[in-house]
Amino acid sequence: MNNSFIQINNISKHFADVKAVDDVSVEIKEGEFFSLLGPSGCGKTTLLRLLAGFEYPTSGNLLIDGTDITALPPDKRPTNMVFQNYAIFPHLNVEKNIQFGLRKLGLSNDEIDKRVKDVLSSVKLEGYEERFSNQLSGGQRQRVALARALVRQPKVLLLDEPLGALDKKLRDEMQLELRTLQKNIGITFVFVTHDQQEAISMSDRVAVMNDGKIQQLSVPNELYKNPENIFVSDFIGETNFLKAETKSSDGEFINVSIEGLGEFKIKNNLNIAANSSDVVCSVRPESMMISKVKSDWDICLDAKICQTSYLGEMTRFYVEAKGIDKIITVSSQHFDNQSFENNECFISMSLEDISLLNKK
Amino acid sequence: MNEKNSTLLIYTLLYFGFLYVPVLFLPIFSFNDANYMSFPLAGFTTEHYEEMWSKRNLHKALWASIKVGVVASVVSTTIALFAAKAFARYKFRGEKISYGGIMMPFLIPEIILAVAILVIWVNLGFKLGLVPVTIGHTLFCTPFAMLILIARIEGFDFSLEEASRDLGENAWGTFFRVSFPLYLPGIVAALLLSFIISFDEFILAFFLTGSDATLPMYMWGQMRFVQKLPHVLALGAVIIVFTTFIVLLALWLRNVGQGKAKKDIAIKL
Amino acid sequence: MIVFWRKIYAKHDNVKAYTLLSPALILVILAMAVPMALMLSFSMFTQVSMMEIDYTFTFQRYIDFFQKNLLVTLLIKSIKISFLVTLITLITAYPVCYYIAFYVKKNKMLWLVLLTLPFWTSYLLRVFSWKIILGTKGVINSSLINAGILSEPLTFLMYSQTAVVITLTHAWAAFALLPLYVSLEKIDFSFIEAGRDLGLSRFEVFWKITFPLSLPGVIGAILIIFIPTVGDYVTPALLGGTDGRMLSNMIQAYFGKINNMPLGAASATIMLTTVVLITIIVSNVTKRLTQRLT
Repeated sequence: MNNSFIQINNISKHFADVKAVDDVSVEIKEGEFFSLLGPSGCGKTTLLRLLAGFEYPTSGNLLIDGTDITALPPDKRPTNMVFQNYAIFPHLNVEKNIQFGLRKLGLSNDEIDKRVKDVLSSVKLEGYEERFSNQLSGGQRQRVALARALVRQPKVLLLDEPLGALDKKLRDEMQLELRTLQKNIGITFVFVTHDQQEAISMSDRVAVMNDGKIQQLSVPNELYKNPENIFVSDFIGETNFLKAETKSSDGEFINVSIEGLGEFKIKNNLNIAANSSDVVCSVRPESMMISKVKSDWDICLDAKICQTSYLGEMTRFYVEAKGIDKIITVSSQHFDNQSFENNECFISMSLEDISLLNKK
Repeated sequence: MNEKNSTLLIYTLLYFGFLYVPVLFLPIFSFNDANYMSFPLAGFTTEHYEEMWSKRNLHKALWASIKVGVVASVVSTTIALFAAKAFARYKFRGEKISYGGIMMPFLIPEIILAVAILVIWVNLGFKLGLVPVTIGHTLFCTPFAMLILIARIEGFDFSLEEASRDLGENAWGTFFRVSFPLYLPGIVAALLLSFIISFDEFILAFFLTGSDATLPMYMWGQMRFVQKLPHVLALGAVIIVFTTFIVLLALWLRNVGQGKAKKDIAIKL
Repeated sequence: MIVFWRKIYAKHDNVKAYTLLSPALILVILAMAVPMALMLSFSMFTQVSMMEIDYTFTFQRYIDFFQKNLLVTLLIKSIKISFLVTLITLITAYPVCYYIAFYVKKNKMLWLVLLTLPFWTSYLLRVFSWKIILGTKGVINSSLINAGILSEPLTFLMYSQTAVVITLTHAWAAFALLPLYVSLEKIDFSFIEAGRDLGLSRFEVFWKITFPLSLPGVIGAILIIFIPTVGDYVTPALLGGTDGRMLSNMIQAYFGKINNMPLGAASATIMLTTVVLITIIVSNVTKRLTQRLT
């Protein structure tokens, strides 16, 4: 398997004085489900469009399967895109839409028919050939767009937030379907989304982007458990940030003074400097515990509940803890908003769940 | 947006009357059996209409107007189509100046345009006639067609063109298979409306036709004579019906396939 | 090689845009800019005799213009008439736009189409129609006389400035309606409701809220009406008589019977300059007014 099937080498794209993509380099593996994740304006869509050929890079080059495609127009690239708004041709029916890109491939009519039939069944739209765009639901249009791109059997499939317009239930279903589809056909997928849950659940690897740069590129577990900077930590899942100062270093560990809590030994994964106040500690709400009685965890604090958010499958507690001057979020599947009388509680955290990060 | 305002409504309807009545009088009096346009009506007759069949000058002028109109509308719409694509699709330096420049013929008094073209044409040694008129009309119709087409193109989903490129079509293929079919109603609307503008246009024709009359020129000539009055009315009535029909068709086409009907009508300044 | 050009073309939106734009720009330059430049230079020549033109550059034509009482009067009259027409058209059309923008719920497009339909008919025919209506033996007079209200026809209705103003108010109404409607339509009705809620009278709400917000449309309408009206030929020619004559009639004469092309060109240039000046003034005033709004 080719580990640098797609090579993005020092790609930059400037629009006037805005650096939409700032010197990005990535290698994507063949057959991988790769996601670009980030808030709007971070550059992920621009990067995708650069791959597709709709934007021309200000500098850098792109290679797919060894060939330099940087100067190739979109119609000559081995990529196909599923657009955010699907871009189904309104004046052609479903069948003609899907056939659209097959004309230029020089296939016989029989081959074309077969391919169209096959792809329609793989997206579960058999029988819809005669329909037009305005006779289809959002989800159906999305599948036509997918079919239209896949029928050309590209080397790379580019997806630009394809599930954004769907309602939650449909979106969850489609996420699973896309994942399965990708594993079955084996085509490399490059998937753009702003929904971190989506990215984490579907992808082999995720590149988190912000301000035109890649903030972290890892497998989903790593992103979640070991974020490398504040942005990633804040963007993926939820977290609490605590003021901190590093003291002396101790091999793999480092002594950290956390506001209001005291000094502790934290694992220093990112090689953060000693004696620095430019740092911050991050603790995820679901790794903390809320209880009615004191616990024997590494840190246990008296706290008062200010607000609760009942979410059905879990409850979020917003608490004021002794010694910390900001509201802490703790989530619990055990207790709910009815559990605590007079709002008094204890919150606990374990040292190995505290991440140390640089304050960028 | 809740109450009704009957004062305003009445005023509006009166205003409608003010706008329509002068236009409607022509057909009404064209059936009148008299040389003067006064009430009460003298009698009903269709002789003024029958007369039109025999007037050869009228036919010549009509044919001239059609020739000029077709050429001017086709050329101006084509030019406007490409220009509209440029403005609607790309951001580029000098955009505002180019836009202003192309809209200029629309924004200055027509007589100045007529005089300017006359001066250069005559001094280049060419004879006046239908050719300079056609050039003038093309110039005049282009900004107008461009406004229609810009509105149409702006409502067009560009990702459709990108999708076509992505699926293997080059620029020309994309134009023929995707853009053109979807622009077509707008293009036809622009063609029809430009034709009407050219067909009815007077000042440029007045200065530039020399001895080859267009239909408005012919009417101008006839308007001087009192006896010809009913004849002009009949002709006028026919023209009004014809142009109204074409305009309604064009306006309907302009909005075909577009959701945003309201925006289309805005003249952008 | 192809790759090189591909890169340049792909990189620059400017190139793509100007390629598409070139026919239009060429047309405008060759058919308008160049002729107008020539017209300008022509205004510097002298018509020596019927056929002869002296090509030495001189500003004499402009001096001639301002020395001729008639020409200056015509210029001022043209501006005055245009101003009147603009004002009256605006005032009469505004309520209609207001009604359609705020009180019509269904089929707004239909109203607008119906409103603008008359203007697609030939301008020449419409002016002619007014001639019929306003004439001494025309519709108004004959009806009033027959009904016994008048014993003699009203003569001021034809071959006068009045006739010109009335006809032009009708002629340009549609052009006022559209920009006005567009800017009124954009106003959120809740502004008006908020004004009433805060205790303003109906008139105050209009004057302090609605009207200022509709200014862009008003300005657009002003320019659209004023500019072509200044240079109108047909209406004064058909029903202006001597009193209602405007500058373009004179210009036409210079290119026709009188045969003094340079003077005609100079007059046209002066008309154009006036129009441009007024446009600039109006635009700047607008900018300052709208700045205070936002």
